[in-house]
Amino acid sequence: MRQTIRLKVNGVERQGEVEPRTLLVHFLRDGLNLTGTHVGCDTGQCGACTVLLNGDAVKSCMVLAVQADGAEVRTVEGLAVGDAYHPIQQAFWDLHGLQCGFCTPGMIMAAVGILKRNPNPSDEEIREQLEGNLCRCTGYQNIVAAVRKAASDMQGQPAAQPVGASAAGGASGE
Amino acid sequence: MYATDFAYHAPASLREVVALLQQGDPNGGEVKVLAGGQSLIPLLKLRMAAPAALVDLRNVAELRGISEEGDGVVIGAATTYFQTIDSPVVQRRCPLLVQAISQVGDPQVRARGTVGGSLAHADPAGDLPAVAVALDAELRAVGPNGQRTIAAKDFFVDLLTTSLDPAEVLTAVKFAATDRPHTGTSYQKHRHPASGYAVVGVAAVVMLNDDGTVQAARIGVTGAGAHAARASGVEQAIAGKTLDDATLTSAVASVTDGMELMSDTYASSEYRAHLARVLTKRALLDAAARAR
Repeated sequence: MRQTIRLKVNGVERQGEVEPRTLLVHFLRDGLNLTGTHVGCDTGQCGACTVLLNGDAVKSCMVLAVQADGAEVRTVEGLAVGDAYHPIQQAFWDLHGLQCGFCTPGMIMAAVGILKRNPNPSDEEIREQLEGNLCRCTGYQNIVAAVRKAASDMQGQPAAQPVGASAAGGASGE
Repeated sequence: MYATDFAYHAPASLREVVALLQQGDPNGGEVKVLAGGQSLIPLLKLRMAAPAALVDLRNVAELRGISEEGDGVVIGAATTYFQTIDSPVVQRRCPLLVQAISQVGDPQVRARGTVGGSLAHADPAGDLPAVAVALDAELRAVGPNGQRTIAAKDFFVDLLTTSLDPAEVLTAVKFAATDRPHTGTSYQKHRHPASGYAVVGVAAVVMLNDDGTVQAARIGVTGAGAHAARASGVEQAIAGKTLDDATLTSAVASVTDGMELMSDTYASSEYRAHLARVLTKRALLDAAARAR
Protein backbone atom coordinates (compact mmCIF):
# COMPACT_ATOMS: atom_id res chain seq x y z
CA MET A 1 0.00 0.00 0.00
CA ARG A 2 1.33 3.40 -0.96
CA GLN A 3 2.31 5.78 1.81
CA THR A 4 2.78 9.52 1.77
CA ILE A 5 6.23 10.75 2.73
CA ARG A 6 7.35 14.30 3.35
CA LEU A 7 10.99 15.23 3.40
CA LYS A 8 13.25 18.18 2.78
CA VAL A 9 15.42 17.66 -0.29
CA ASN A 10 18.14 20.20 -1.05
CA GLY A 11 16.39 22.68 1.22
CA VAL A 12 12.95 22.30 -0.36
CA GLU A 13 9.96 20.54 1.20
CA ARG A 14 8.89 17.69 -1.05
CA GLN A 15 6.33 14.96 -0.77
CA GLY A 16 5.49 11.81 -2.62
CA GLU A 17 3.44 8.64 -2.61
CA VAL A 18 5.65 5.56 -2.41
CA GLU A 19 5.36 1.83 -1.91
CA PRO A 20 7.23 0.76 1.24
CA ARG A 21 9.66 -1.21 -0.93
CA THR A 22 10.69 1.88 -2.93
CA LEU A 23 14.34 2.69 -2.31
CA LEU A 24 15.29 6.26 -1.50
CA VAL A 25 17.45 6.39 -4.64
CA HIS A 26 14.50 5.48 -6.84
CA PHE A 27 12.30 8.07 -5.17
CA LEU A 28 14.96 10.75 -5.74
CA ARG A 29 15.54 9.79 -9.38
CA ASP A 30 12.11 8.73 -10.58
CA GLY A 31 9.91 10.66 -8.15
CA LEU A 32 11.81 13.94 -7.88
CA ASN A 33 13.75 13.76 -11.15
CA LEU A 34 17.03 14.28 -9.30
CA THR A 35 19.04 12.04 -11.60
CA GLY A 36 22.44 13.22 -10.38
CA THR A 37 22.29 10.41 -7.83
CA HIS A 38 23.35 7.30 -9.76
CA VAL A 39 22.63 3.59 -9.44
CA GLY A 40 25.77 1.63 -10.22
CA CYS A 41 25.18 -1.74 -8.63
CA ASP A 42 22.49 -3.87 -7.06
CA THR A 43 24.29 -4.87 -3.91
CA GLY A 44 25.14 -1.74 -1.94
CA GLN A 45 28.80 -1.91 -2.84
CA CYS A 46 29.51 0.83 -5.40
CA GLY A 47 28.47 3.98 -3.51
CA ALA A 48 27.34 5.85 -6.68
CA CYS A 49 24.01 6.54 -4.94
CA THR A 50 25.59 8.24 -1.89
CA VAL A 51 23.56 11.20 -0.56
CA LEU A 52 23.46 13.04 2.76
CA LEU A 53 20.64 11.88 5.03
CA ASN A 54 20.31 14.17 8.05
CA GLY A 55 23.94 15.18 7.41
CA ASP A 56 25.45 11.69 7.14
CA ALA A 57 26.70 10.26 3.86
CA VAL A 58 24.65 7.10 3.25
CA LYS A 59 23.94 4.82 0.32
CA SER A 60 20.45 5.70 -0.87
CA CYS A 61 20.01 2.21 -2.33
CA MET A 62 20.25 0.85 1.22
CA VAL A 63 17.57 3.15 2.64
CA LEU A 64 13.84 2.79 2.00
CA ALA A 65 12.12 6.01 0.93
CA VAL A 66 9.67 5.54 3.82
CA GLN A 67 12.60 5.56 6.25
CA ALA A 68 13.45 9.06 5.05
CA ASP A 69 10.00 10.41 5.93
CA GLY A 70 10.61 13.60 7.89
CA ALA A 71 14.33 13.63 7.11
CA GLU A 72 16.61 16.11 5.35
CA VAL A 73 18.29 14.86 2.22
CA ARG A 74 20.98 16.54 0.20
CA THR A 75 21.97 15.30 -3.24
CA VAL A 76 24.78 16.41 -5.55
CA GLU A 77 22.32 18.87 -7.17
CA GLY A 78 22.08 20.68 -3.84
CA LEU A 79 25.78 21.27 -3.16
CA ALA A 80 26.53 24.35 -5.23
CA VAL A 81 25.49 27.77 -3.95
CA GLY A 82 24.03 29.52 -6.98
CA ASP A 83 26.74 29.40 -9.62
CA ALA A 84 29.52 28.71 -7.11
CA TYR A 85 30.57 25.11 -6.84
CA HIS A 86 31.05 23.55 -3.43
CA PRO A 87 34.83 23.39 -2.71
CA ILE A 88 34.73 19.62 -3.21
CA GLN A 89 33.08 19.97 -6.63
CA GLN A 90 35.61 22.66 -7.53
CA ALA A 91 38.52 20.47 -6.48
CA PHE A 92 37.20 17.53 -8.56
CA TRP A 93 36.94 19.97 -11.50
CA ASP A 94 40.39 21.50 -10.98
CA LEU A 95 42.25 18.23 -10.51
CA HIS A 96 40.16 16.17 -12.93
CA GLY A 97 39.04 13.81 -10.19
CA LEU A 98 37.09 11.72 -12.68
CA GLN A 99 37.34 9.82 -15.90
CA CYS A 100 33.91 8.72 -17.15
CA GLY A 101 32.17 10.58 -14.34
CA PHE A 102 29.62 7.92 -13.41
CA CYS A 103 30.89 7.47 -9.85
CA THR A 104 31.53 11.20 -9.35
CA PRO A 105 28.30 12.26 -7.61
CA GLY A 106 28.74 9.43 -5.09
CA MET A 107 32.43 10.21 -4.64
CA ILE A 108 31.66 13.88 -4.00
CA MET A 109 28.87 13.17 -1.52
CA ALA A 110 31.05 10.59 0.26
CA ALA A 111 33.82 13.21 0.41
CA VAL A 112 31.42 15.65 2.08
CA GLY A 113 30.83 12.99 4.74
CA ILE A 114 34.54 12.25 5.15
CA LEU A 115 35.57 15.89 5.59
CA LYS A 116 32.71 16.52 8.00
CA ARG A 117 34.03 13.82 10.35
CA ASN A 118 37.73 14.47 9.67
CA PRO A 119 38.48 17.92 8.19
CA ASN A 120 42.17 17.17 7.67
CA PRO A 121 42.61 13.54 6.62
CA SER A 122 45.87 11.95 5.45
CA ASP A 123 45.95 10.34 1.99
CA GLU A 124 45.77 6.97 3.67
CA GLU A 125 42.68 8.03 5.62
CA ILE A 126 41.04 9.38 2.45
CA ARG A 127 41.62 6.07 0.66
CA GLU A 128 40.36 4.11 3.65
CA GLN A 129 37.27 6.28 4.01
CA LEU A 130 36.44 6.10 0.28
CA GLU A 131 36.27 2.34 0.58
CA GLY A 132 32.50 2.37 0.05
CA ASN A 133 32.82 3.99 -3.39
CA LEU A 134 34.03 2.23 -6.50
CA CYS A 135 35.48 3.89 -9.62
CA ARG A 136 35.35 1.42 -12.51
CA CYS A 137 37.82 3.55 -14.46
CA THR A 138 40.19 3.13 -11.49
CA GLY A 139 40.75 6.88 -11.43
CA TYR A 140 41.42 6.90 -7.70
CA GLN A 141 44.68 8.85 -7.84
CA ASN A 142 43.03 12.12 -8.86
CA ILE A 143 39.97 11.48 -6.72
CA VAL A 144 42.18 11.25 -3.63
CA ALA A 145 44.10 14.35 -4.74
CA ALA A 146 40.82 16.24 -5.19
CA VAL A 147 39.59 15.33 -1.71
CA ARG A 148 42.95 16.39 -0.27
CA LYS A 149 42.78 19.74 -2.11
CA ALA A 150 39.19 20.29 -1.01
CA ALA A 151 40.21 19.62 2.59
CA SER A 152 42.93 22.24 2.40
CA ASP A 153 40.67 24.74 0.56
CA MET A 154 38.01 24.29 3.23
CA GLN A 155 40.41 24.76 6.17
CA GLY A 156 39.55 27.87 8.11
CA GLN A 157 36.58 28.66 5.88
CA PRO A 158 33.12 28.66 7.34
CA ALA A 159 31.27 25.59 6.11
CA ALA A 160 29.34 26.42 2.94
CA GLN A 161 25.61 26.44 3.51
CA PRO A 162 24.11 25.61 0.16
CA VAL A 163 20.42 26.39 -0.20
CA GLY A 164 19.94 24.38 -3.38
CA ALA A 165 16.49 25.72 -4.20
CA SER A 166 17.67 26.51 -7.72
CA ALA A 167 18.68 22.90 -8.31
CA ALA A 168 15.76 21.21 -6.62
CA GLY A 169 13.12 22.40 -9.05
CA GLY A 170 9.46 23.08 -8.45
CA ALA A 171 6.46 20.99 -7.48
CA SER A 172 6.35 17.85 -5.45
CA GLY A 173 7.27 14.53 -7.03
CA GLU A 174 5.06 11.68 -8.23
CA MET B 1 16.11 -6.25 -8.30
CA TYR B 2 13.16 -4.72 -6.48
CA ALA B 3 12.15 -6.12 -3.11
CA THR B 4 8.87 -8.00 -2.88
CA ASP B 5 6.05 -5.88 -1.55
CA PHE B 6 5.62 -5.62 2.21
CA ALA B 7 3.70 -3.62 4.79
CA TYR B 8 5.69 -1.02 6.72
CA HIS B 9 5.17 0.10 10.31
CA ALA B 10 7.18 2.70 12.20
CA PRO B 11 5.73 2.74 15.73
CA ALA B 12 6.93 5.22 18.35
CA SER B 13 7.16 2.89 21.35
CA LEU B 14 8.67 -0.45 22.25
CA ARG B 15 5.27 -1.64 23.43
CA GLU B 16 3.83 -1.14 19.94
CA VAL B 17 6.85 -2.87 18.35
CA VAL B 18 6.27 -5.96 20.47
CA ALA B 19 2.50 -5.84 19.83
CA LEU B 20 3.09 -5.76 16.05
CA LEU B 21 5.56 -8.63 16.24
CA GLN B 22 3.21 -10.67 18.44
CA GLN B 23 0.23 -9.98 16.18
CA GLY B 24 2.21 -11.27 13.20
CA ASP B 25 0.97 -11.39 9.63
CA PRO B 26 -2.64 -12.50 9.03
CA ASN B 27 -1.49 -14.76 6.18
CA GLY B 28 1.30 -16.35 8.15
CA GLY B 29 4.11 -14.39 6.48
CA GLU B 30 7.23 -13.24 8.25
CA VAL B 31 7.31 -9.99 10.22
CA LYS B 32 10.82 -8.63 10.57
CA VAL B 33 12.38 -5.86 12.63
CA LEU B 34 14.17 -3.14 10.62
CA ALA B 35 16.96 -1.24 12.37
CA GLY B 36 19.72 0.37 10.23
CA GLY B 37 18.83 -1.88 7.32
CA GLN B 38 22.42 -2.29 6.10
CA SER B 39 22.11 -6.08 6.09
CA LEU B 40 18.36 -6.47 5.70
CA ILE B 41 17.74 -4.09 2.78
CA PRO B 42 20.37 -5.76 0.54
CA LEU B 43 18.73 -9.11 1.38
CA LEU B 44 15.30 -7.72 0.46
CA LYS B 45 16.68 -6.50 -2.88
CA LEU B 46 18.15 -9.93 -3.62
CA ARG B 47 14.82 -11.44 -2.48
CA MET B 48 16.75 -13.64 -0.10
CA ALA B 49 14.34 -12.21 2.47
CA ALA B 50 10.69 -11.58 1.59
CA PRO B 51 8.88 -10.58 4.77
CA ALA B 52 5.18 -9.71 4.74
CA ALA B 53 5.84 -6.72 7.01
CA LEU B 54 8.67 -4.67 8.46
CA VAL B 55 8.58 -3.02 11.87
CA ASP B 56 11.00 -0.09 11.72
CA LEU B 57 12.65 0.95 15.03
CA ARG B 58 13.59 4.46 13.84
CA ASN B 59 10.95 6.28 15.92
CA VAL B 60 11.61 4.36 19.14
CA ALA B 61 13.82 6.81 21.04
CA GLU B 62 14.24 4.51 24.06
CA LEU B 63 16.33 2.13 21.89
CA ARG B 64 19.09 4.67 21.33
CA GLY B 65 21.77 5.99 23.65
CA ILE B 66 24.85 5.05 25.62
CA SER B 67 25.23 4.93 29.40
CA GLU B 68 27.61 3.63 32.03
CA GLU B 69 26.28 0.96 34.33
CA GLY B 70 28.58 -0.42 37.03
CA ASP B 71 31.33 -2.46 35.41
CA GLY B 72 30.04 -1.98 31.90
CA VAL B 73 28.69 0.23 29.14
CA VAL B 74 25.09 -0.14 27.99
CA ILE B 75 24.39 0.65 24.35
CA GLY B 76 20.82 0.97 23.07
CA ALA B 77 20.15 -1.60 20.36
CA ALA B 78 19.32 0.99 17.69
CA THR B 79 22.40 3.14 18.39
CA THR B 80 24.39 3.51 15.17
CA TYR B 81 28.01 2.51 14.72
CA PHE B 82 29.02 6.17 14.31
CA GLN B 83 27.18 7.18 17.50
CA THR B 84 28.94 4.33 19.31
CA ILE B 85 32.52 5.07 18.21
CA ASP B 86 32.02 8.83 18.67
CA SER B 87 31.08 8.30 22.33
CA PRO B 88 33.85 9.34 24.78
CA VAL B 89 32.50 6.74 27.25
CA VAL B 90 32.88 3.94 24.71
CA GLN B 91 36.32 5.22 23.66
CA ARG B 92 37.53 5.20 27.26
CA ARG B 93 35.83 2.09 28.63
CA CYS B 94 35.43 -0.24 25.62
CA PRO B 95 38.17 0.59 23.09
CA LEU B 96 37.68 -2.86 21.55
CA LEU B 97 34.29 -1.72 20.24
CA VAL B 98 35.90 1.31 18.59
CA GLN B 99 38.67 -0.78 17.02
CA ALA B 100 36.24 -3.38 15.65
CA ILE B 101 33.47 -1.04 14.51
CA SER B 102 35.98 1.12 12.61
CA GLN B 103 36.53 -1.97 10.43
CA VAL B 104 32.85 -2.69 9.75
CA GLY B 105 31.76 -2.19 6.13
CA ASP B 106 32.45 1.38 4.98
CA PRO B 107 31.61 4.85 6.39
CA GLN B 108 28.18 4.91 4.72
CA VAL B 109 27.32 1.59 6.38
CA ARG B 110 28.68 2.78 9.73
CA ALA B 111 26.45 5.87 9.54
CA ARG B 112 23.29 3.74 9.33
CA GLY B 113 24.16 0.32 10.77
CA THR B 114 23.38 -0.36 14.41
CA VAL B 115 25.00 -2.35 17.20
CA GLY B 116 21.81 -4.29 17.99
CA GLY B 117 21.01 -4.86 14.33
CA SER B 118 24.37 -6.48 13.71
CA LEU B 119 24.00 -8.78 16.72
CA ALA B 120 20.38 -9.74 16.02
CA HIS B 121 21.20 -10.40 12.35
CA ALA B 122 23.98 -12.76 13.52
CA ASP B 123 25.86 -12.88 10.25
CA PRO B 124 28.47 -15.62 10.66
CA ALA B 125 31.07 -13.20 9.26
CA GLY B 126 29.91 -10.12 11.19
CA ASP B 127 32.48 -8.31 13.34
CA LEU B 128 30.33 -7.36 16.32
CA PRO B 129 29.37 -10.91 17.41
CA ALA B 130 33.05 -11.70 18.15
CA VAL B 131 33.33 -8.53 20.23
CA ALA B 132 30.11 -9.28 22.10
CA VAL B 133 31.46 -12.70 23.03
CA ALA B 134 34.86 -11.34 24.12
CA LEU B 135 33.30 -8.50 26.14
CA ASP B 136 30.98 -10.97 27.89
CA ALA B 137 28.00 -8.99 26.60
CA GLU B 138 24.63 -9.18 28.23
CA LEU B 139 21.88 -8.86 25.60
CA ARG B 140 18.60 -7.42 26.80
CA ALA B 141 15.38 -8.27 25.01
CA VAL B 142 11.71 -7.48 25.41
CA GLY B 143 8.87 -9.68 24.25
CA PRO B 144 5.26 -10.53 25.05
CA ASN B 145 6.40 -12.13 28.33
CA GLY B 146 8.42 -9.13 29.44
CA GLN B 147 12.15 -8.57 29.66
CA ARG B 148 14.97 -11.07 29.75
CA THR B 149 18.74 -11.07 29.56
CA ILE B 150 20.75 -13.42 27.37
CA ALA B 151 24.51 -13.99 27.70
CA ALA B 152 26.43 -13.51 24.42
CA LYS B 153 27.66 -17.10 24.55
CA ASP B 154 24.03 -18.32 24.52
CA PHE B 155 22.75 -15.72 22.03
CA PHE B 156 24.28 -16.94 18.77
CA VAL B 157 22.91 -20.39 18.03
CA ASP B 158 23.37 -20.98 14.30
CA LEU B 159 23.86 -19.33 10.89
CA LEU B 160 21.89 -16.04 11.04
CA THR B 161 20.03 -17.45 14.04
CA THR B 162 19.87 -16.16 17.59
CA SER B 163 18.01 -17.30 20.68
CA LEU B 164 15.56 -14.38 20.30
CA ASP B 165 11.93 -15.45 19.89
CA PRO B 166 10.14 -14.11 16.79
CA ALA B 167 8.12 -11.66 18.91
CA GLU B 168 11.13 -10.47 20.91
CA VAL B 169 13.21 -7.41 20.12
CA LEU B 170 16.72 -6.62 21.32
CA THR B 171 16.63 -3.42 23.38
CA ALA B 172 20.17 -2.89 24.66
CA VAL B 173 23.52 -4.57 25.07
CA LYS B 174 25.78 -4.29 28.10
CA PHE B 175 29.47 -4.73 27.28
CA ALA B 176 32.02 -5.35 30.05
CA ALA B 177 34.31 -2.34 30.41
CA THR B 178 38.04 -3.06 30.05
CA ASP B 179 39.50 0.19 31.41
CA ARG B 180 41.19 -1.65 34.26
CA PRO B 181 44.84 -2.00 35.23
CA HIS B 182 46.88 -4.55 33.24
CA THR B 183 43.99 -5.11 30.82
CA GLY B 184 44.23 -4.83 27.06
CA THR B 185 42.02 -5.67 24.09
CA SER B 186 42.43 -6.21 20.37
CA TYR B 187 40.40 -7.13 17.28
CA GLN B 188 42.24 -8.76 14.39
CA LYS B 189 40.49 -9.51 11.17
CA HIS B 190 41.21 -10.95 7.75
CA ARG B 191 38.94 -8.85 5.64
CA HIS B 192 37.20 -10.20 2.56
CA PRO B 193 38.59 -7.88 -0.13
CA ALA B 194 35.23 -7.36 -1.87
CA SER B 195 32.59 -7.47 0.84
CA GLY B 196 34.62 -6.17 3.79
CA TYR B 197 33.18 -8.88 6.00
CA ALA B 198 35.53 -10.89 8.21
CA VAL B 199 36.70 -14.10 6.57
CA VAL B 200 37.78 -14.72 10.14
CA GLY B 201 37.91 -12.17 12.96
CA VAL B 202 39.20 -12.61 16.51
CA ALA B 203 38.47 -10.33 19.46
CA ALA B 204 40.57 -10.75 22.60
CA VAL B 205 40.59 -9.35 26.11
CA VAL B 206 43.74 -10.09 28.13
CA MET B 207 44.26 -9.39 31.83
CA LEU B 208 47.86 -9.73 33.04
CA ASN B 209 49.32 -10.35 36.48
CA ASP B 210 52.01 -8.04 37.86
CA ASP B 211 54.67 -10.48 36.67
CA GLY B 212 53.37 -10.34 33.08
CA THR B 213 51.73 -13.76 33.10
CA VAL B 214 48.14 -14.08 31.94
CA GLN B 215 45.62 -13.78 34.74
CA ALA B 216 42.65 -14.39 32.45
CA ALA B 217 41.60 -13.95 28.83
CA ARG B 218 38.40 -13.94 26.83
CA ILE B 219 38.45 -14.71 23.11
CA GLY B 220 35.60 -14.37 20.59
CA VAL B 221 35.90 -15.80 17.08
CA THR B 222 33.74 -14.88 14.08
CA GLY B 223 33.80 -16.13 10.50
CA ALA B 224 35.16 -19.60 11.26
CA GLY B 225 32.00 -21.43 12.28
CA ALA B 226 28.30 -20.92 11.62
CA HIS B 227 28.12 -18.45 14.50
CA ALA B 228 30.45 -16.46 16.72
CA ALA B 229 31.85 -18.50 19.58
CA ARG B 230 34.19 -18.28 22.51
CA ALA B 231 37.55 -20.07 22.29
CA SER B 232 37.56 -21.38 25.88
CA GLY B 233 40.26 -23.96 25.21
CA VAL B 234 42.75 -21.27 24.27
CA GLU B 235 41.73 -19.12 27.23
CA GLN B 236 42.45 -22.00 29.60
CA ALA B 237 45.68 -22.95 27.86
CA ILE B 238 47.26 -19.51 28.38
CA ALA B 239 46.02 -18.86 31.93
CA GLY B 240 48.97 -18.38 34.28
CA LYS B 241 51.46 -18.48 31.41
CA THR B 242 53.75 -15.95 29.77
CA LEU B 243 52.70 -15.30 26.16
CA ASP B 244 55.88 -16.55 24.51
CA ASP B 245 55.87 -18.04 21.04
CA ALA B 246 55.87 -21.69 22.15
CA THR B 247 52.97 -21.15 24.58
CA LEU B 248 50.94 -19.27 21.98
CA THR B 249 51.58 -21.71 19.15
CA SER B 250 50.49 -24.65 21.24
CA ALA B 251 47.52 -22.80 22.81
CA VAL B 252 45.99 -21.54 19.55
CA ALA B 253 46.00 -25.03 18.05
CA SER B 254 42.67 -25.64 19.79
CA VAL B 255 40.98 -22.37 18.74
CA THR B 256 38.43 -23.96 16.39
CA ASP B 257 37.73 -26.98 18.61
CA GLY B 258 33.99 -27.53 18.82
CA MET B 259 33.27 -25.17 15.90
CA GLU B 260 31.59 -26.49 12.78
CA LEU B 261 33.90 -24.81 10.29
CA MET B 262 32.40 -23.11 7.24
CA SER B 263 33.80 -23.71 3.77
CA ASP B 264 33.08 -21.82 0.55
CA THR B 265 34.69 -20.84 -2.74
CA TYR B 266 36.64 -18.06 -1.04
CA ALA B 267 37.97 -19.89 2.01
CA SER B 268 38.10 -23.60 2.74
CA SER B 269 37.56 -24.86 6.27
CA GLU B 270 41.30 -25.63 6.51
CA TYR B 271 42.16 -22.04 5.54
CA ARG B 272 39.64 -20.66 8.03
CA ALA B 273 41.16 -22.79 10.80
CA HIS B 274 44.60 -21.51 9.83
CA LEU B 275 43.38 -17.89 9.88
CA ALA B 276 41.74 -18.43 13.25
CA ARG B 277 45.05 -19.64 14.72
CA VAL B 278 47.10 -16.82 13.21
CA LEU B 279 44.61 -14.09 14.14
CA THR B 280 44.16 -15.41 17.68
CA LYS B 281 47.90 -15.23 18.18
CA ARG B 282 48.00 -11.66 16.83
CA ALA B 283 45.02 -10.57 18.89
CA LEU B 284 46.46 -12.00 22.11
CA LEU B 285 49.89 -10.43 21.53
CA ASP B 286 48.40 -7.04 20.64
CA ALA B 287 46.00 -7.12 23.61
CA ALA B 288 48.84 -8.09 25.96
CA ALA B 289 51.02 -5.27 24.60
CA ARG B 290 48.19 -2.81 25.30
CA ALA B 291 47.74 -4.28 28.79
CA ARG B 292 51.23 -3.44 30.00
